Amino acid sequence: MAYSGLSLLSHALTGNKRWPAILSTPDMRSSYDIVIIGAGGHGLATAHYLAANHGITNIAVIESGWIGGGNTARNTTIVRSDYLLNSSFGLKNFALKLWSDLTQDLNFNLMYEPRGYVDLAHSDGELEHFTLRANAMRLRGGDADILTGQALQERVPELDFSGDKRFEISGALVQESGGVVRHDAVAWGFARKASTAGVHIFQNCPATGFETEGGKITAVQTPQGRIACKQAFISVAGASSAVAGMAGINLPLNSINVQAFVTEPVKPALDAVVNYNAGLSYISQTDKGEFVLGGATDGYSSFARRGSFERIEDVLARAVQMFPFLTRLRLMRHWSGTADIPMDGNAIVGRTPIEGLMINAGWGYAGFKATPAVGWCMAELLATGKTPDLIAPFALERFETGAEQDDGGIGPYPWLH
Amino acid sequence: MLLIPCPHCGLRDEGEFTYGGPARTLPALDQDTQVWRDAFFAGQKPPGPMTELWYHTSGCESWIEVTRDTATHDILNSNTPQSKVDTP
Repeated sequence: MAYSGLSLLSHALTGNKRWPAILSTPDMRSSYDIVIIGAGGHGLATAHYLAANHGITNIAVIESGWIGGGNTARNTTIVRSDYLLNSSFGLKNFALKLWSDLTQDLNFNLMYEPRGYVDLAHSDGELEHFTLRANAMRLRGGDADILTGQALQERVPELDFSGDKRFEISGALVQESGGVVRHDAVAWGFARKASTAGVHIFQNCPATGFETEGGKITAVQTPQGRIACKQAFISVAGASSAVAGMAGINLPLNSINVQAFVTEPVKPALDAVVNYNAGLSYISQTDKGEFVLGGATDGYSSFARRGSFERIEDVLARAVQMFPFLTRLRLMRHWSGTADIPMDGNAIVGRTPIEGLMINAGWGYAGFKATPAVGWCMAELLATGKTPDLIAPFALERFETGAEQDDGGIGPYPWLH
Repeated sequence: MLLIPCPHCGLRDEGEFTYGGPARTLPALDQDTQVWRDAFFAGQKPPGPMTELWYHTSGCESWIEVTRDTATHDILNSNTPQSKVDTP
C-alpha cells in the first residue's frame, strides 16, 4: 500500500488501527540467490536496488539485532560530499544526488533537508586547504563556497566571532546541498520497499558461519538454519572484523568508540549543520528542537560501546566556542557505537578473496551519507559481476598494492581518522 | 575515562596520553608482501586483552606498554616497553 495524504486520512477515520505491518514475515527458504548479512542502511539499500534496478528479489537479508538498532540510527544524520579525493567525492556526491529523490522513490518520508553544511577553518593555512578542496569539488560538479567574515556571519548568525578565542574562525567551506536525513526512516524506508518487492528480511538472525567449496561461497549458517546461496554480502559495520573473521578474512580495521549527544529541545536557533575543526565537534538542530552533537572518536581501540568522559568534555567545549548559548542547555541523551576504521580511514567495498563473497566495511563514523550510493553500486556488482567505477578505488587489495585512499593525509593511524 | 598507571609517574588521566596503537613487531625486510601487509594493516584483535602503546605526552614523555581489555576498558598491566616494538 502506498503512503499518501489519502491513506493518512482514511486511516485517521478508522482510528489508525488498520495500518498494515511495514515488513512481511516470511518463512526462511533453504536457498537464496543472494544473502545479505546486516540489515543496516547499506545492506537494505543494496537489497532495494537489486530489486528495483536489476529485478533480483530472491534475496535474504539477515540481521543479528533489529532494523534501525545499529549505526544507521546512531549517527548524527548528516549528509554531505565535501571530500578532496576523486574517489571519496565521487561516491558521496552520487549519494547526495540519490538522497534528493529518495523520499519519492521509497514512498517514505526521509525528511531530507538540504539545510547546508558549514565546515569551519581556524587558520589561514586551513582556509587555503579548504579552498583547494572547494575548488576540487566544483571542478567535479559539486557545490561548494568559501565564506569569510561578514558573509559567514550572515549565513550562520548565531556563530560567535567575538572575543579572544584560542582557535579563531577564519572562514568556512559551505556546501548548501549538504544537510540532514531522518536516519531511522532510511533503514525502514529501504526495508519496506525491498520487502514489498519480495525480498525476505529476518531480524534477530545473526550469521554464525560460512561454507565454502573450492574457494567459492556456498552457504551462510544461521541459528534459524543453513541458507545455501550463490553470493553473500557482508555489511555489518562495527561487527565487520568478527563476521569477516568467520570466513577467514583478516580485515585491516580497528574498532573504535564514537559518541553522540542530544540536548533538551528549544525553539529553532540554528538552520545549518556546523562543524568545528580545531578538534572536532559537529552540531545541528532537529525539527523537535534538540541540538545533536558529535565529535571525533574516543581515540583508542574499544568494543565497550561506552564513551570516555574525556571526549564528552572535548566535544561540548568546542560546541560552546561556536555557540555560547549552549551553556544554558543540558544533555538529554548520550550514546555511543562501535566504528570500524581502516588504516587509511576510508571504506572497504567490493570483492573478497572468496569468490561470491562481497564486503562493505570500514565506514567508521562516516558511512551514513553514502548509504544509497553504496547500495546502488553493490547491487550492480552483485547483479552483473562487474565492479562499478565509483567503488573500484575502495577494493580490499589496495592495502597490498599501496593504493590507499587517505582523504585527510593522516597515515596508518585509524584512531586519528 | 581511563586511569592509566604509568610505570614512571603513577596513576594518570587518559587526557595526559597519546595513543600509539597495538604493540607490534615489524617483520624482517626480506619477508614477502603478504607478511608485511598483515603486520602493517591487519590485526584487529577480537574483544579482550590487548597490549598497546601509549605515549605520556603531558608527563614523562616516554612510550609505555599497557595491556587493556578492549571489551571492558580494564587495565591489566603496564610497563616500560618489553618487546622489541616499533613506536609509531
